[in-house]
Amino acid sequence: MKTQNQRAWIFVLPVLLLVAFNALIPMMTVVNYSVQETFGDNLFFWQGLDWFEQILRSDRFHAALGRQFFFTFMILIIEVPLGIAIALAMPKQGPWVPICLVTMALPMLIPWNVVGAMWNIFTLPDIGLLGYFLNHTLGISYDMTQDPVAAWVTIIIMDVWHWTSLVVLLAYAGLVSIPNAYYQAAEIDGASNLAIFRFIQLPKMKTVLTIAVLLRFMDSFNIYTEPFVLTGGGPGNSTTLLSIDLVKIALGQFDLGPAAAMSLIYFAITLFASWLFYTLMTMNDNKS
Amino acid sequence: MRAKSLVPALYILFLMLPIYWLVAMSFKTTNEILAGFSLFPQTWTLANYIEIFTDPTWYWGYINSIIYVTMNTVISVLVALPAAYAFSRYSFIGDKQLFFWLLTNRMAPAAVFALPFFQLYSAVGLFDTHIAVALAHCLFNVPLAVWILEGFMSGVPKELDETAYVDGYSFPRFFTTIFLPSIKAGVGVAAFFCFMFSWVELLLAKTLTAVAAKPIAAVMTRTASSAGYELGLLAAAGTLTIIPGAIVIYFVRNYIAKGFALGRV
Repeated sequence: MKTQNQRAWIFVLPVLLLVAFNALIPMMTVVNYSVQETFGDNLFFWQGLDWFEQILRSDRFHAALGRQFFFTFMILIIEVPLGIAIALAMPKQGPWVPICLVTMALPMLIPWNVVGAMWNIFTLPDIGLLGYFLNHTLGISYDMTQDPVAAWVTIIIMDVWHWTSLVVLLAYAGLVSIPNAYYQAAEIDGASNLAIFRFIQLPKMKTVLTIAVLLRFMDSFNIYTEPFVLTGGGPGNSTTLLSIDLVKIALGQFDLGPAAAMSLIYFAITLFASWLFYTLMTMNDNKS
Repeated sequence: MRAKSLVPALYILFLMLPIYWLVAMSFKTTNEILAGFSLFPQTWTLANYIEIFTDPTWYWGYINSIIYVTMNTVISVLVALPAAYAFSRYSFIGDKQLFFWLLTNRMAPAAVFALPFFQLYSAVGLFDTHIAVALAHCLFNVPLAVWILEGFMSGVPKELDETAYVDGYSFPRFFTTIFLPSIKAGVGVAAFFCFMFSWVELLLAKTLTAVAAKPIAAVMTRTASSAGYELGLLAAAGTLTIIPGAIVIYFVRNYIAKGFALGRV
């Protein structure tokens, strides 16, 4: 039971001030831009909700949003089951455990633009390891600067490479916390591997998997640097995800109003979807 | 059993391939890279690394990155410690709402904040300083540090606090001599995550700096595009950015599994 204590606010104050400085002031700037039109020189005109209407009706936004949802959907559908499968196959103890953990965590500590550059070098058609192997050894024509399908496959594989380990490490943390007695009991009952997974391992991993799905959703939905460095949103607009499009509008075209309105819609979608995921995944906890 | 251990082995192989290619590329000469495909460097060269270590634009990129990442890690953990203690031990008006609001900042796309951050930090005169990037990264690192530390602190029984107070410990003395040592794994994990997210982030770091505090990742993009894409140099710079992460990860290897679960297993 927690003690009721209003002075706890003093402890929270530094965090509150620091995050508020970083979050509230920029957010107010964005809100401010989103309802005004500017022609430079700090001259602003009231625009009301026009920008929001314009963004919500624009085909360009719909297309970017569609690509974004497709990307995030593919990421979740591949990385979560794959991550669980790898975690299940990992050794629980012994000298291989730290080796597995360190090598698996490594991709996550590489700066995001280096990840993009690394995959660029890796997939160059004639001098990249993967590009050369596909083009010259297997004879599959592969060039992601020309072919949208190749570009899509590459950014998805790159993200699988980059982030599946997060799911693995979270699922693994859940698995090693299961006491051996559970497995012994299952053995006495003659439970199959599938039953062990369904009734022991999966429920025990539920909390960490909720975190994994939430983090993977948020980060893949907000992804910018890696696909930008790798494909630049191309060929054409085929891999222009939501963040890439937003930066194009805001910093490329300097259309502050529409960019701000788009930012707020974007943020609202992320918040709503995260809330939805969280509610759905913890619904059964509240019932029992 | 054999077949089972094949799964992580294949996965690690898949993870290592692009990294191998980057490292191999960094030891090749430009001529060899452009001449065509070779699995191993034919003529090993350190020229790419020598160029990085002798050109101030390059090596200051590394120093700048390490300065703001260290500042960010220290600030994030220091302000998060008391807050996490408050969340794990006390209930107060608005605690749940505040906790949720903190976490929502983790969900904001960095692209949304790029331009307003530029204006905000220019307005307060911090543009192109290390502290600007360190403070900006607090946006997502402080909530994360609070979240992780709260998880670890909630694992420490409340009786520890009560016993210490009965024994006549003051709060600051209890916190630093008894409580902190008992959650030192959590502090390590929180610091690791702050380091990690500050080290890998580029969009905000690039937006908030021009010359004096330019991070290595931004130096890389500019040099790569202006000098006609020198792949060997790019690969060498990339290889060097992996090293700090590898060192840090080695130190927390025993806590990493629990750490990634944010203390909530």
